[in-house]
Amino acid sequence: MNDIQIWTGIIVVATFAIYIAVAIWARAGSTKEFYVAGGGVHPIVNGMATAADWMSAASFISMAGLISFMGYQGAQYLLGWTGGYVLLALLLAPYLRKFGKFTVPDFIGERYYSQTARIVAVVCALFVSFTYVVGQMKGVGIAFSRFLEVEFETGVIIGVGIVFFYAVLGGMKGITYTQVAQYCVLIFAYLVPAVFISVLMVGNPIPQFGLGGTLEDGTALLAKLDQLSTDLGFKEYTTSHKGKVDLFFVTAALMLGTAGLPHVIVRFFTVPKVADARKSAGWALLFIAILYTTAPAIAAFARTNLFNTVNNKEYATMPEWFGNWEQTGLLAFEDLNGDGVIQYYNDDSPQFVSAVAEPAGWQGNELTVDRDIMVLANPEIANLPGWVIALVVAGGLAAALSTAAGLLLVISTSISHDLLKKWLKPDISEKAELRSARIAIAVAVIIAGYFGINPPGFVAQVVAFAFGLAAASFFPAIVMGIFSKRMNMQGAISGMIVGLLFTGVYIWYFKYGGGTPDQYWFGISPEGIGTLGMLFNFAVSLIVSRFTPAPPQEVQEIVEDIRVPRGAGQASGH
Amino acid sequence: MSDKNLQDYWRKNLKYLGILLAIWFIVSYGCGILFADALNKIEIGGFKLGFWFAQQGAIYVFVVLIFVYVRLMNKLDREYDVHED
Repeated sequence: MNDIQIWTGIIVVATFAIYIAVAIWARAGSTKEFYVAGGGVHPIVNGMATAADWMSAASFISMAGLISFMGYQGAQYLLGWTGGYVLLALLLAPYLRKFGKFTVPDFIGERYYSQTARIVAVVCALFVSFTYVVGQMKGVGIAFSRFLEVEFETGVIIGVGIVFFYAVLGGMKGITYTQVAQYCVLIFAYLVPAVFISVLMVGNPIPQFGLGGTLEDGTALLAKLDQLSTDLGFKEYTTSHKGKVDLFFVTAALMLGTAGLPHVIVRFFTVPKVADARKSAGWALLFIAILYTTAPAIAAFARTNLFNTVNNKEYATMPEWFGNWEQTGLLAFEDLNGDGVIQYYNDDSPQFVSAVAEPAGWQGNELTVDRDIMVLANPEIANLPGWVIALVVAGGLAAALSTAAGLLLVISTSISHDLLKKWLKPDISEKAELRSARIAIAVAVIIAGYFGINPPGFVAQVVAFAFGLAAASFFPAIVMGIFSKRMNMQGAISGMIVGLLFTGVYIWYFKYGGGTPDQYWFGISPEGIGTLGMLFNFAVSLIVSRFTPAPPQEVQEIVEDIRVPRGAGQASGH
Repeated sequence: MSDKNLQDYWRKNLKYLGILLAIWFIVSYGCGILFADALNKIEIGGFKLGFWFAQQGAIYVFVVLIFVYVRLMNKLDREYDVHED
């Protein structure tokens, strides 16, 4: 074992010990503690837990790398995965908190006085959460296998074991407090390398300002990056070079999807008051923004570093980290023209190939870079000590575990509460309900672990599904349930079905059904189609509800009641 | 609370929502996406302005918007005596 592995072992074991200790301290004794942490979580604590819940392995490991290769266009993730919190705070969270039940299907079922609506919502919640959680388990396996030299499968099993322990024991209460610890680990792990690199490159300790900083040679970082990119046939980093329509729709689908994801919404049931739900959304976004505004800085630093380090340099002179990452397969060099020099350029650009590459005797791009390397290799590229690298591993694990736990809770709640208690077996005792929630979460963890090891083929595409479907189904149904007293069962159900079918079929057609990008409607890619699905949902709901009877008086009274904060009891299932 | 008061409270809430969501839309979809090319002609502190809104600025504004809403609503809740405890 080398120095880095020893550090990694120590830090990973230490953080896991903390999570387990927290879980034992925060055991759940009732369904209310299991589902909504007893409804007594402080808004700042809940904000932190929400941030950890929200930021997955993908946010932590992959996002900066994605932006690094997308440049300006990466804004769709940055805006899309933060802007939804404004919608949550203004349009959803306070009213759902006042409504005071445990789950999103609870709200849909009661507001639309319909068991059918509840079941449609449960099915959506299960589908969205399951597809999402499988990716997290995979992330856990990767983090373990890459840094601790254990098998991928062993890594997943260790991860499953840890989540199993604290989720089954503590439910939402255990998950909430471990998520707080996980947030601290992941944000520290993300910021330390970013600060170091920012200081190294532009002499500014704050990465957000460093992004606009000036390099040693006196040019602005971003101007230099634009120039390096175009010199090698890539597109300019800071400007857009695709249509704006798709960018607009993808950003909107991610925002609306965020606001409609059940594992995010349910976090706002855990605070004591309506005013706390609003405040808590603000804190959550603040904690998320710390990472999301650092990511574009890491992206630009890493890209500049990559250009400067490798392009047109002799392979033999590469630093040590280059070799280390070649071994993992995330970095690959193939000397196509046999000159011992690395040529890294855009061989998809015909003008560049004929004008520059061919005259110089280059025979194609020789370097393949996996985008995940931008975060994972950053500490090594910047020559940071072993413990910083170990910290990044622990951070990635914290991000994956916290998100997985939040999703698993939604899955177990959907089964024990929405399906059993509210549908199949209404006379179930509280004790039996709690027991079935624990069994459901245990089974869900094991299934998620299984699929983490044997991922079904569709997993790579699931983000589009999860966000698109949440945007096209839940978001309109909940918003209209609050803001339109006239919205009735018929309108909401037909809207949800139209939104789901349209979005699902469009994504399916272009991902598996042989559709090609030139057939996109208005140039909208499957990732952005949820926005259009949402508009259809709104339109169909509004039209159908006008031609069908108004909702019963008591439902209209519920709507009146959730609009004012006073009288919010603790969240209850009865 | 009387129905008229309730309607008043709700109307004011909707007004706040309208204003804040308009700002939300303008900084992200407006400055960050639709008008980004035009704003990129302006450069401040090493950033092209459109790029800055898309990858930094809009996110800061989002955070501020939520806390402004929190303050406005806490005040409104008190004014109409619908606040908790």
